[in-house]
Amino acid sequence: MNITKSIHEWLFSLMPEMTASIVEMVLIAVIYLAIFAVAGLYLVLLERKVAAWFQLRLGPNRVGYLGLLQTLADALKLVSKELTITEKADKFLYNLAPYFVIISALMALSLFPFTQEFQAFDINIGIFFLIAISSIGVIGILLAGWSSNNKFAMIGAMRSGVQTISYELSVGLSLLTMVLMTGSLQLSEIIEVQKHGWLIVQGHIPAFIAFCIFLIAGTAETNRAPFDLVEAESELGAGFHTEYSGMKFAYFFLAEFINMFIIAAIAATVFFGGYLSPFGITESIPLLGIFWFLAKTLVIIFLMMWFRWTFPRLRIDQLLILEWKYLLPLNLMNLILMAMMVLLGLTIQF
Amino acid sequence: MDTPILRNNFKSEEYQINMGPQHPATHGVLRLLLTIDGEIIKKVEPDLGYIHRSIEKMCERDSYQQIVHLTDRMDYLSSHINNEAVCLTVENALQLEVPERVKVIRTIIAELTRIASHTLWWGVMGMDVGALTTYFYGFRDRELINDIFEETCGARLTMNYNIPGGLMFDIHPNFVNRTKEFIAHFKTKLPEYDLLLSGNIIFQKRMQGIGILSKEDAISYGASGPVGRASGYSCDVRIHHPYSNYDNVKFNEILKTEGDTLARYQVRILEMWESLSIIEQLIDNIPEGDFFAKTNVVIKLPAGEYYQKVETARGELGVYINSTGTKNPYRMKFRSPGFSNLSLLNHIAVGGKIGDLVATMATLDLVIPDIDR
Repeated sequence: MNITKSIHEWLFSLMPEMTASIVEMVLIAVIYLAIFAVAGLYLVLLERKVAAWFQLRLGPNRVGYLGLLQTLADALKLVSKELTITEKADKFLYNLAPYFVIISALMALSLFPFTQEFQAFDINIGIFFLIAISSIGVIGILLAGWSSNNKFAMIGAMRSGVQTISYELSVGLSLLTMVLMTGSLQLSEIIEVQKHGWLIVQGHIPAFIAFCIFLIAGTAETNRAPFDLVEAESELGAGFHTEYSGMKFAYFFLAEFINMFIIAAIAATVFFGGYLSPFGITESIPLLGIFWFLAKTLVIIFLMMWFRWTFPRLRIDQLLILEWKYLLPLNLMNLILMAMMVLLGLTIQF
Repeated sequence: MDTPILRNNFKSEEYQINMGPQHPATHGVLRLLLTIDGEIIKKVEPDLGYIHRSIEKMCERDSYQQIVHLTDRMDYLSSHINNEAVCLTVENALQLEVPERVKVIRTIIAELTRIASHTLWWGVMGMDVGALTTYFYGFRDRELINDIFEETCGARLTMNYNIPGGLMFDIHPNFVNRTKEFIAHFKTKLPEYDLLLSGNIIFQKRMQGIGILSKEDAISYGASGPVGRASGYSCDVRIHHPYSNYDNVKFNEILKTEGDTLARYQVRILEMWESLSIIEQLIDNIPEGDFFAKTNVVIKLPAGEYYQKVETARGELGVYINSTGTKNPYRMKFRSPGFSNLSLLNHIAVGGKIGDLVATMATLDLVIPDIDR
């Protein structure tokens, strides 16, 4: 975008190169933090509205127009709450844990190309970096469960460890299947390839299977129902964050929603062409890319919410059986199928 | 290569965990002391007494009209049926013949109560296995029944509609119409329950084959109601010892033989259909007449022992009165269905996971004030 370019030039003309780049980084970080907070807050509101629609209710509609300020008020309440800590907790790890979760979510957010030029961090190992970063989050959950010194939290944390390690395989493999077609891990290049048709169209059958697996495994990665064994309020109270209060709890809560956004954004980018418009109808206006990107992401987020409000929770052994006995073998076969297709040139391109 | 890891002799240790008295899955102040190995349950010890109000002792203090009101607070979800149990006992002791109209109205309201209780159970059951939406569907339909109750007797939960000898008031003129409307409404909504939860593959996989209770165990633990019937134990008081108007209506006793959590679930869903059919048979044939039989203001039961059992939404509720001929009972005892059903929890939950325990407990449909009294 021209604005960012001119800001960039203006900053570098104003001060020495070193300071200018530091200032620029801080600026970008602040912008992303703002996006992060707003996205988190409004996803919470969306979740509550969607839940209400599923549950024959109205949802929040009192604070602000149509309840638009509801989550802001909730956030204010959380900020003003006392940060409690139990006596037997491991204080250092207990305080550290929320940051792992929130930072991993924030770092992953910086990778997405919102439009062709609105992307903070375009590296050549994009997909790999995303998977690596998002698996840091589970360390925070494990630490939270361990350091709380609470049996319910501990059970939740152990479940989370088992679950995330298992389902990360499926997330990685299903994305790898798509990378076979793009030949690059870089997110901007993955989108570039899709100018000849979205990957889910190009790769038809194996791509669709990969998308289904990714959506299931991604839901599991974010610890949302039907895979919310980590929290499982009817079994464990609140799971790993039982002992957290105030802003520390809010970090876990927000991170869950940002993680959902990230999974949906990966799906939108890798399978549905990211910021590209369908059939190239608005390619002449690059700024509209952000609209298409968010629209696709929101549709997938809606799917994930739909899962949450209609499905019951799995049991821990069923969760592992689903991954190791069904998803993983299917995924490996799908990978081979995709490789054959790419080799034989059976992909569809416009 | 004799490292400890390869020998695979990790030492695992059992630990204890308190589920309750404040826990979302215990639906009240029930405390379960669980002994767990990892996720696997080794032992469940229920600990009662957190909501004990000594209702049985209070009954010895009160007159028979007052006792009826206390029973509301036992199994609050089938309060009408509890009231009815006490009234029937007193009427039997007095050898009082109540008008037909009373019998029919009591039966209709008892079945409405049963449906209300089962819809609430269904909603909470879904929540326990993680499907939060069921709660609102269950409450949507329960609310209509509560409205009918409110119009009829002024209360929605603790009804107190019965008095020894009959009913407190006659039914509201709208009662018949509204009940018919409800039946028509609920017949379209009950299939939704199956669409939302029963048919779900995750739900079925979770419920099948856990918490299995054999018929022999069901009998020896004194299981009753849907819990006993899901194990193939024919124990419906309405059929075997008919009271009120149950001998004049046709309905099936739902029996399953699997004895697992899914069977208990299905029994309750099918029971709602049966209750609907009972109400349908009676709603057009409410006989005219008095809504109470005259009793003395101060009821004195002849000396002796009296027992009457009824089928509440949870199972068999027995009322035992030992009278010495005064205006208060000398001893009063309730045989509550929840207590016996809770006692078998350890037997059927051991060996399952924590998630199984929650699902199993949900299908036992425990109401804690009923257990503690």
